[in-house]
Amino acid sequence: MQAEAAVPASVRRPVVLPIVGLAIAAAVLIALFMVINAAGLWGYVLPRRAVRVGAMALSGIVIGVSTVIFQSITANRILTPGVMGLDRLYVLIQSALIYVLGSAHPWVSNLRTNFLLCTAAMALFAVALHRLFLDGKRTNIYVMLLIGVLAGTLFDSLASFLVVLIDPNEFLIIQSRMFASFNRVTVGLLWPAALMSLAVLAWAAPALRYLDVLALGRDHAVSLGVDYPWAVRRLLIAVFLLVAVSTALVGPITFLGLIVANLAYELLDTYRRGPLMAASALGGVIALVGGQLVLEHLLVFSVPLPVLINFAGGMLFMYLLLKERSAW
Amino acid sequence: MVEAHAIVKRYGPKTVLDQVSVAVQPGQLTSFIGPNGAGKSTLLSIMTRLVPADSGEVRLDGRPLSRYDSRELARRISVLRQFNHVPMRLTVRELVSFGRFPYSQGRLTKADEAAVERALAAMELEDIQHKLLDQLSGGQRQRAFIAMVIAQETDYVFLDEPLNNVDMKHAVQVMKLLRRLVEEEGRSVVVVMHDVNLAAYYSDRVVALKEGCVAFDGPARDVMEPATLKDVFDIEVAVGEVHSCRVCVYFAEAAQLLANGRAAQDVVVPGLR
Repeated sequence: MQAEAAVPASVRRPVVLPIVGLAIAAAVLIALFMVINAAGLWGYVLPRRAVRVGAMALSGIVIGVSTVIFQSITANRILTPGVMGLDRLYVLIQSALIYVLGSAHPWVSNLRTNFLLCTAAMALFAVALHRLFLDGKRTNIYVMLLIGVLAGTLFDSLASFLVVLIDPNEFLIIQSRMFASFNRVTVGLLWPAALMSLAVLAWAAPALRYLDVLALGRDHAVSLGVDYPWAVRRLLIAVFLLVAVSTALVGPITFLGLIVANLAYELLDTYRRGPLMAASALGGVIALVGGQLVLEHLLVFSVPLPVLINFAGGMLFMYLLLKERSAW
Repeated sequence: MVEAHAIVKRYGPKTVLDQVSVAVQPGQLTSFIGPNGAGKSTLLSIMTRLVPADSGEVRLDGRPLSRYDSRELARRISVLRQFNHVPMRLTVRELVSFGRFPYSQGRLTKADEAAVERALAAMELEDIQHKLLDQLSGGQRQRAFIAMVIAQETDYVFLDEPLNNVDMKHAVQVMKLLRRLVEEEGRSVVVVMHDVNLAAYYSDRVVALKEGCVAFDGPARDVMEPATLKDVFDIEVAVGEVHSCRVCVYFAEAAQLLANGRAAQDVVVPGLR
């Protein structure tokens, strides 16, 4: 990126090519995931795999898009919506439900009820945070972030505390939900999650077209005629709702957003948030589907998917940091 | 006309602006001068809705700013603050194109492109228009930001220390350009600046702030009085004329010489001639 940039009077590289490349890669991986080792049992294999691929695609897109939005608003390349403690809240909710009601209670064992419950609780938390710290007058994102980080730590401690008290058998169930997994997603969960995500995006759309200007920073955005508090509030609420839906669907995958958003910035020679969001979303799909493929066929489920993604992503991220040390 | 009416602004126990009323006349270049911490930048930020006032009101053509639609306002008033860091990799041209956002909402028309070209030409940035901002010197970057504000083509242009980081040649170029905006296009420009000589020479009107109050408000030439400048800046200042241009000298020896009654022409001060 720096090498090209040093050439004066050069126009930027086109963005369409990398995006098409990513789209093809995502499509190939999805096709591979659908047909590999099917052993001719199409009627059995395809619908099941379709649901899991759907869940991966949905959470990959949601995480990719919401991270780019979040980073544009906070003017920061290494934050993710994960810092707000939503995934920790998710673990706390699961722990609390299992501790208080037991794993046999329908609120825990019925995945659909459990999903709706978690989504509602996280959405409530996100909206409460906004009500408290982003009212009409104050728009202090950083105070809100700080409170979110503190709340996340609190949730984490509470969850650990509950886990200590809990019956060891019940703990296994909590443990299985502490890691993201696509194996427990059903059609009955996927549709509501997809519809909710779409509705949130549609609601945020009027503010999304200000994203490029918002990324210039508050003063420029105001000077250029953006209703800053309105746009930031709407986009932040949308980000949190999206993350809440995705976390409730598959569990916590915080690191993924950081990786795919930064890969998008590296890959595309543009500041425009539209292409960046597209690339980041496709990157999310590729990471999840590709990771799951590797997991199932090379590692034979020996590690949870987030471990794999965090490992690969962590390496990649270190590489980016070292490579771009001066450019940050 | 942009009027600030009885503006009060406090940061904690410190009163930064105390009942300040200033009216910016259309078709004029107005400079805000004053010592550090006098409230110039705060006043400029309040007059451009970047910072809310604790009390008082800012009106554009008699209507409070709060009653304008933000997009409509962005076509009337533009503002450039002092420290401009953009957390993304932008070329000069891309930055300047942002100035057209209030008109095009991001989709540039032919007319928008033409306005961008004019702004680039005005700031002599054509040669480096495809360079990334982080490859530029401080002065070039500053000119790129000014070009963005110019491309916004508003009636009122507010600039907070636009000459920061800009060398002598380009400082004069910027001031001449602002003059041209006022004289040829009838726009109104408000500048916060520290160089009293440039302010007095290029402005129509000077507003001097001191400790949150207006210490002087009048025609630019009238500010060039030793007593006035001493009152504002708290140092001995000598005023002389070089080729019928009033200049003040505020650094020790030269100021002493002028104060002793020698004509300015006899005082050799680098940069004045």
